[in-house]
Amino acid sequence: MSYSDWLIQLAQTALVLGLAPLLSGVTRKIRARLLRRQGPSILQPYRDLLKLIRKEAVVAENASWLFRAAPYLIFATTWVAAALVPTFASGLPLGAVADLIVIVALLGTARFLLALAGLDVGTSFGGLGSSREMLFASLAEPAMLMAVFTLSLFAGSTQLSSISAYMLGPGAGVDISLALALVALIIVSIGENARIPVDNPATHLELTMVHEAMILEYSGRHLAVLEAAAAVKLLLYLSLIACVFTPWGTAIAGAGVLAYLIGLLAWAIKLALLGFLLVLFETAIAKMRVFRVPEFLGIALMLGLLATILLFVSKVSR
Amino acid sequence: MSPLDSDIAHLLAGSMVLLSFLLLYQDRMFALLNVFAFHAFALAGSVAWQAFEQRAPHLFITALIALLFKGVVIPVALRRIVVRLGIHRTIDTVVSIGPTMLFGIALVGLSIVVMLPVTQAEGAFVREDLAFALSVVLLGFLMMVTRRNAVSQVIGFMSLENGLVLAASGARGMPLVVEISVGFSVLIAFIVIGIFLFRIRERFDTVDLQALDMSRGES
Repeated sequence: MSYSDWLIQLAQTALVLGLAPLLSGVTRKIRARLLRRQGPSILQPYRDLLKLIRKEAVVAENASWLFRAAPYLIFATTWVAAALVPTFASGLPLGAVADLIVIVALLGTARFLLALAGLDVGTSFGGLGSSREMLFASLAEPAMLMAVFTLSLFAGSTQLSSISAYMLGPGAGVDISLALALVALIIVSIGENARIPVDNPATHLELTMVHEAMILEYSGRHLAVLEAAAAVKLLLYLSLIACVFTPWGTAIAGAGVLAYLIGLLAWAIKLALLGFLLVLFETAIAKMRVFRVPEFLGIALMLGLLATILLFVSKVSR
Repeated sequence: MSPLDSDIAHLLAGSMVLLSFLLLYQDRMFALLNVFAFHAFALAGSVAWQAFEQRAPHLFITALIALLFKGVVIPVALRRIVVRLGIHRTIDTVVSIGPTMLFGIALVGLSIVVMLPVTQAEGAFVREDLAFALSVVLLGFLMMVTRRNAVSQVIGFMSLENGLVLAASGARGMPLVVEISVGFSVLIAFIVIGIFLFRIRERFDTVDLQALDMSRGES
């Protein structure tokens, strides 16, 4: 590991945070345009964050230390998880020490903290959101892990860099398990990012909300940090899908400046495309009833399991 | 056989298993019929690919039978029956989807555990196909067990038959005579079932098969 690798890793870590609000700004803009509205500027999330940081944080009287600490912990774990995903360059130093399972565990930690924070103040809304989040998580997390196992079985490694290298190589072909894992991963990322069929990211007062209900008590800088964490999480999932299923153009560590620039451009294009597809899906579909959501996520789990089983058959019979 | 060829065979046979799961999941009549048509298309594609790989032209006829009868004729006829019975708006009572799905996955696991050791002498192609075919058959049985509506039971039966054809095509194909007679017997079974559906409705004012249990004094 040379100096420059660490520099690139730092740049990637900073970029993930710096671009996350832009990504959510772009998706909001596209969504507004698809609904034939003008929509706010794509820089609006940055302005929102700045405004929230400057505002006073109002904390409920009976809030414990956990309530104050949780936003920062959630932000930190999400950010670290996002830094582990190869975005424009793969084979970076941090990626070598942590694999996909670590990413899933970090996201699980963030979810756990958020649910605790939702319960902390003792309002009914927070408790409702937390209990629903846990209900969904009990299906979404195994589904994500099954998809991860499928990919690892293909590549023979749980490292994201090796998986994306395998996908570039000649070993990867047309395989139904890959398609199933992709669909499972997409369903999980829609659920985890509180996008439309599962939860509505645009509303704040609706009885079916999940993510917004947990952070209802937060204000000021706490809310800013939580919003930033949510944006980083969306970027993480899109980068993860891009890195595994469309690995073209990603620079390998130590490849030179030009390769990094190409990698950056490719990453930006992939993110924009995935964001557009996500929003297109969101505008085409209506929100589900909350009690349909476990079925929706159950499909992801089923697909993940099926992907592993089918892959097992093709590995054993050959 | 090149890796791509076997990948495509795997893809087509695997998508049949996936579509069987979709059949289990789907609870609306028309959507169910559409998924069944796709099931038949996947079967036709799989058999046609086998025919191409094995250089067995008679299998193309099997694929054609699957495509025409099971992909077009039966779904269209079932759609008409559903409309005439007036049940196209009803949502079939599925015995809770989650456990059914898990049970289905267990069945797929079972068929793989059974099939792979038994067929060790065969080529990869045949083993995979047989394992998938057994899962499709078992999933068809599961669908017949969990559904209460007669039309969805018919679809479960037809998807089961698709699994049998998949198994037969994997095992170097069956003689054309057998194939055609099976195809026609399914068609005749379908006609008989169709007539029975109307008789059941006439007698009990519903196609919910629990009414039959009650008439037999079982519940």
